[in-house]
Amino acid sequence: MLLVLLLAPLLTGFVRSVKARLLRRHGPPIIQPYRDLLRLLRKDAVLAHNASWLFRVAPYLIFAATWVAAALIPTFATGLMFSWSADLIAIVAMLGSARFILALAGMDVGTSFGGIGSSREAMIATFSEPAMIMIVFTLALIAGSTELSTVASFMLSSAVGLRVSLGLALVALIMVAIAENARIPVDNPATHLELTMVHEAMVLEYSGRHLTMIELSAMLKLLLYVSLIACVFAPWGLAPDGAGPIAYLIGIAAYILKLAIAGLLLALFETSIAKMRVFRVPDFLGAALMLGLLAMLLRFVSRSL
Amino acid sequence: MGQFDFDVAHLLAGGLVLISLTMLYQDRLYALIRVFALHAFVLALSVAWQAAIQNAAHLYITAAIALVFKGIIIPVALHRIMVRLGIHREIETVVGIGPTMLAGIGLVALSMVVMLRVTAEADSLAREDLAFALSVVLLGLLLMVTRRNAVSLVVGFMSLENGLILAATGAKGMPLVVEISVAFSVLIAFIVIGIFLFQIRERFDTVDVGALDRFRGERR
Amino acid sequence: MIYGVACVIALVATVAALAQLTGERSPVSTIVLPLGLPWVGAHFRLDALSSFFLVVVDLGAAAASLYAIGYGRHEGEPLRVLPFYPAFLAAMNLVVLASDAFTFLVSWEFMSLASWALVMVRHRDPDNRRAGLIYIVMASFGALCLLLAFGLLAGPEGGYAFEAIRAAHHAGPVATLVLALVLLGAGSKAGLVPLHVWLPLAHPAAPSHVSALMSGVMTKVAVYGFIRIAFDLLGNPTWWSGMVVLILGGITAVVGVLYALMQHDLKRLLAYHTVENIGIIFIGLGLALAFQANGMALAAALALTAGLFHVFNHSLFKSLLFFGSGAVQTATGERDMEHLGGLIHGMPFTGFAFLVGCVAISALPPLNGFVSEWMTFQAILLGPDVAQWGLKFTIPAVGALLALSAALAAACFVKAFGISFLGRPRTAAAERATEVDRFSLASMFILAGLCLLAGILPGFVIDALAPVTQSLVQAGIPVQGGVPWLSIVPIAASRSSYNGLLVFLFITASAWTATLAIHRFASRAVRRSAPWDCGYPDANPITQYSASSFAQPIRRIYGTNLFRARERVEMPPPGDTAPAHFYLELHDLIWEWLYLPVTGAVCLLADRFNHLQFLTIRRYLSLVFLALITLLLALAIWD
Repeated sequence: MLLVLLLAPLLTGFVRSVKARLLRRHGPPIIQPYRDLLRLLRKDAVLAHNASWLFRVAPYLIFAATWVAAALIPTFATGLMFSWSADLIAIVAMLGSARFILALAGMDVGTSFGGIGSSREAMIATFSEPAMIMIVFTLALIAGSTELSTVASFMLSSAVGLRVSLGLALVALIMVAIAENARIPVDNPATHLELTMVHEAMVLEYSGRHLTMIELSAMLKLLLYVSLIACVFAPWGLAPDGAGPIAYLIGIAAYILKLAIAGLLLALFETSIAKMRVFRVPDFLGAALMLGLLAMLLRFVSRSL
Repeated sequence: MGQFDFDVAHLLAGGLVLISLTMLYQDRLYALIRVFALHAFVLALSVAWQAAIQNAAHLYITAAIALVFKGIIIPVALHRIMVRLGIHREIETVVGIGPTMLAGIGLVALSMVVMLRVTAEADSLAREDLAFALSVVLLGLLLMVTRRNAVSLVVGFMSLENGLILAATGAKGMPLVVEISVAFSVLIAFIVIGIFLFQIRERFDTVDVGALDRFRGERR
Repeated sequence: MIYGVACVIALVATVAALAQLTGERSPVSTIVLPLGLPWVGAHFRLDALSSFFLVVVDLGAAAASLYAIGYGRHEGEPLRVLPFYPAFLAAMNLVVLASDAFTFLVSWEFMSLASWALVMVRHRDPDNRRAGLIYIVMASFGALCLLLAFGLLAGPEGGYAFEAIRAAHHAGPVATLVLALVLLGAGSKAGLVPLHVWLPLAHPAAPSHVSALMSGVMTKVAVYGFIRIAFDLLGNPTWWSGMVVLILGGITAVVGVLYALMQHDLKRLLAYHTVENIGIIFIGLGLALAFQANGMALAAALALTAGLFHVFNHSLFKSLLFFGSGAVQTATGERDMEHLGGLIHGMPFTGFAFLVGCVAISALPPLNGFVSEWMTFQAILLGPDVAQWGLKFTIPAVGALLALSAALAAACFVKAFGISFLGRPRTAAAERATEVDRFSLASMFILAGLCLLAGILPGFVIDALAPVTQSLVQAGIPVQGGVPWLSIVPIAASRSSYNGLLVFLFITASAWTATLAIHRFASRAVRRSAPWDCGYPDANPITQYSASSFAQPIRRIYGTNLFRARERVEMPPPGDTAPAHFYLELHDLIWEWLYLPVTGAVCLLADRFNHLQFLTIRRYLSLVFLALITLLLALAIWD
């Protein structure tokens, strides 16, 4: 649980610095996000005059829900202690809870920015959440379980083989991950231009320690999706249940390697593509939804073969 | 047939369906043609794989034809046509992308049902292959139905033909002669359509086939 | 006074039913009273299914009565409510207890009429009168369908007692017809699309505690009617009946929530959500029918448990939300969200309870709505094992619809809560809002607590449902009470498990840790300041996002075809200071395409038959004579 918390800003910093390098800029050092978070922690929290209790409680709740969801994903070893307490559907739904509260917090102060952000986030969620559920269904139908640990061990075994549905699910999952983390073709994490922002618009009124929590949960969410993709589609190096410390070390090394590769790919992808209009996003995510649906249909049908 | 052979064949055929769907999603002509080249490339791979696991040498030729003609010549030619005609703006779709994709999924499901039901006793590879091939054909048709631009009609037609080839190789039995003649007929069709394109363009200053309807005095 | 008595009685009934449900296999009790038709009598029976629904009905009734002790004081004409309220409660109890067709139908009609009277309480408003008219027409239609269904079930011998119907074997076209009629009859009461039109009109028209009862409880009685007939009396379902119910449920869920998103009347939004939730329940029931037809008893039990659990959950949070909207109405006199805003400052407790209800109905963990949807998803994942191709395609498609409706519901409740409780007050009434009385608050908090309890300890609810599924599909899912850490494991531990308690504890613990750590080691100072305004200070709260602007992206995507939503903006030319106008056009296609033609046809027929009123006596006599001859002829030809 602590591991994900520590690694999350690192991943974000890594993606940022790779992006800067690709643009032939120097870019901040990799540990810059840690400094940012600490700096924010030391500042006073500024609240709007009419901010309610919900506005102050929300960052902690968002952080807690995202953290718990991230901690439930097997990062370097399967069979973690409480991994049975929630399955993939519950993880998706927990992220949904976090988003629900964030969208409400965005509307609390009553400025147009918060409203615009919440409204668009809700619209994006109506696509990405079903798409995510479809992907979960596909995985569950292949592995016969919605438990992430079981899915990961199944993917490690030789029984998997190459499956069309898996490929479809992977593509769809990447699309959803991009949208959910407010990365470039859907949203730009670096902009504060009011017509284009989604996530940043919702958190515009936050400052100080509250903003720390929100930034940290956004970073956690990115780590969560990368770990999810790594754990399901690249489960190599995952230490099995009850293995020795050496296996765990290998698992951690493999995990960090996977994170680095994913960060590199993400930065490459982001620099090579332009942001789309908000009303093009449904097409993009609709395609993810369709892919997920198709993957699941194929599984349903070819089960009998 | 080993599990691995089956898996790869399955993956390639499924990839074809996926690329067909991507074509439905594309609304820019250049991208469409690039995706179409990819389609032909995957088809060539798939056919070559079939040749390898069936030990059928003539299928390699089919694969080569698919790769050379559809993967390289036709896309390049189409690209040139587009440059000369100066049409690289967006395709006007008749229906929106969302409903089209939904219809596409429905068609895939439909072809699955039909094929898997009809071929209950064939071996599983042929069944899957046929089902995927039918979906590719139907998706090609759908592409032709939902687009109004003549170039995308051509692409739809070609992808439809790719589906036919996929079906033929999966069924282990199309003679080489038929194969070559099909390839030539496609080529000729392509030339005809190309000329047709230029003709339309000369007459109406557009390649929107809606212009033809208007010319015939029909209400769109 | 009446409410207090009703509350106590309902509480006693709840406890009794709960004891019957969870007790040590208590025998099924039956009573025959010498009432009603002479040769039938009035049969009453209390089995597992009845007692579960009794719990649902009486829990809702108790909460509503408690709420009404405070809320009823604001009623303008209490005498229009008070006589019908206990009658309504009694009728719902009787429907659930009835064990012969006659008693069932009489109680059903009694329930419809009592609730109709309650809908018509504010009859001076023409909208309410229209709602009442549509309601009574639809209710009569539903009752007619049920009447025919029972007639077919009883057969020519007239075995109207449920015992006799259960013993008889039904198959072939009769069973099909009965199922279709029940789907129409119970479905129109429950609000299945396209029979839902009366529901969003009638439910909001009644006083809020009655709305809560109608939405949270009466629709459940309709579900009970469907389960009783389709599972218990009819038995042996066919696979396509499951498919029909599934498709209807899926469509109902998505259409319901989309309608809800388009609303800006708080109570009407909630009523459309009832439609959505009924869809989710029917998805569970359809899955159960489909699995049962395939002989998959365990899967059927899981699906049925999911459906029934959702029945229970929905009765909790929908009552809670209607109470909340009633409180808002009391405090501000407004139902329109565009006139609300910022209520969380004036009404923090109501706001909190309403928020709990919103999270629960959006199917978000760790509350109860998520558990039942999770179980429905698990049931869907058992779908590939069915044999029929039609089902193989329907089940995943319905799964996608269910996921879509869950996501849309979350969006909708962000809108409902965000617009009415958060932001800046849009009217003076909203600004002056103060907290409501203690009884209302107590009732809301009890329901919110129950939502949380059912969410973090779902195992006990599932165990309580086991006898119901045992009696209906001859299987129950494994006992959950003994599972370590109180998690729920519907099929097998390696397949899926969910632990609401741990999730709740984890989230609470990490939130607390984060709060404490930050407040201990980092700054805890707070400064207040004006929000960022882009350099254009504007004090007018109208510049906030409104309900319809919040829904705009979703309306553009989903509504362009479904509601033929059209937007039109009229901008004055530059330099002109006239206000710009925004026009929004929405069409209810179901109403326009399905109901208007029907009403048109009825009117036309009525016009034609109107001429019959002006005939001479000789013609009347000849009409009667002709009818007699025709009947005799039919009788002569029959055999």
